[in-house]
Amino acid sequence: MKARIHVYLKPGVLDPQGAAVAGALHNMGYNEVEAARQGKLIELDLTGDNADAAKARVDEMCAKLLSNPVIESYSIEMS
Amino acid sequence: MKSAVIVFPGSNCDRDAHDALKRVTGQAPAMVWHQDTTLPEGLDFIMIPGGFSYGDYLRCGAMASRSAIMPAVIAHAATGAPILGVCNGFQILAESGLLPGALMRNAGLNFVCEKAPLTVANSNTRFTSAYAGRSDLTIPIAHHDGNYNADEETLERIEGEGQIIFRYGRNPNGSVHDIAGVMNENGNIMGMMPHPERAVDVNHGGTDGLALFESLLGSA
Repeated sequence: MKARIHVYLKPGVLDPQGAAVAGALHNMGYNEVEAARQGKLIELDLTGDNADAAKARVDEMCAKLLSNPVIESYSIEMS
Repeated sequence: MKSAVIVFPGSNCDRDAHDALKRVTGQAPAMVWHQDTTLPEGLDFIMIPGGFSYGDYLRCGAMASRSAIMPAVIAHAATGAPILGVCNGFQILAESGLLPGALMRNAGLNFVCEKAPLTVANSNTRFTSAYAGRSDLTIPIAHHDGNYNADEETLERIEGEGQIIFRYGRNPNGSVHDIAGVMNENGNIMGMMPHPERAVDVNHGGTDGLALFESLLGSA
């Protein structure tokens, strides 16, 4: 089983790296870019076959280590 | 004063911390490896030094804050003993939840390395009592992720409770309210991005960091 975890900055938290990416895209002529936000993708390979139980454990991992709840949110996709 | 410095893989200010503590307290601190699970008996003070623990992987301080020694540090913090985190040590304490807020990538995206003018925002603490009557200091900074962030409610609370200890005279990294150092609610844990251990000898180019260690010695 795999878990794909997207970690991103909460809305309202300034993202200087995202702003730099948007600036670079503008310099390249992609003026349709209104804003860019940069996050992380973390993939976990998991043992077991109960997806619900596994997702609950992954949720715990996100809260305890994989994200910082002060500034970040996350979403989990199981496959 | 019996002190300890916690050493992680990638710490690089551990020797500076050692030398500053030895100079001020007259006693060399114990150097405690991150894989240890117990601290020496009878510690009066713990310092978490700067550096790039675990290569700053995932988030600065994230791995170190979950390492084997940290439950003992957190238990020691609960006894009210003073703990200071400098630079990466500040990031580790924030990631541990021992201090409010989080440290993010500098707003200008550059690594900043300079002598930072600071003001003492609260000299009525065990970390800063020896700064009483002095408001302007110069202490070096050297970091890529020192942009202090906290939500409005937290900011309002820590401002109101006097938990902001140092502010930048010239904001180098985008920190909200120019925050350079914060303390927990109980007043025994402080984190700061500037490096007081690099300002304890005239050959460092300044000695404005000495009073911080003297404050701790005075309160021990």
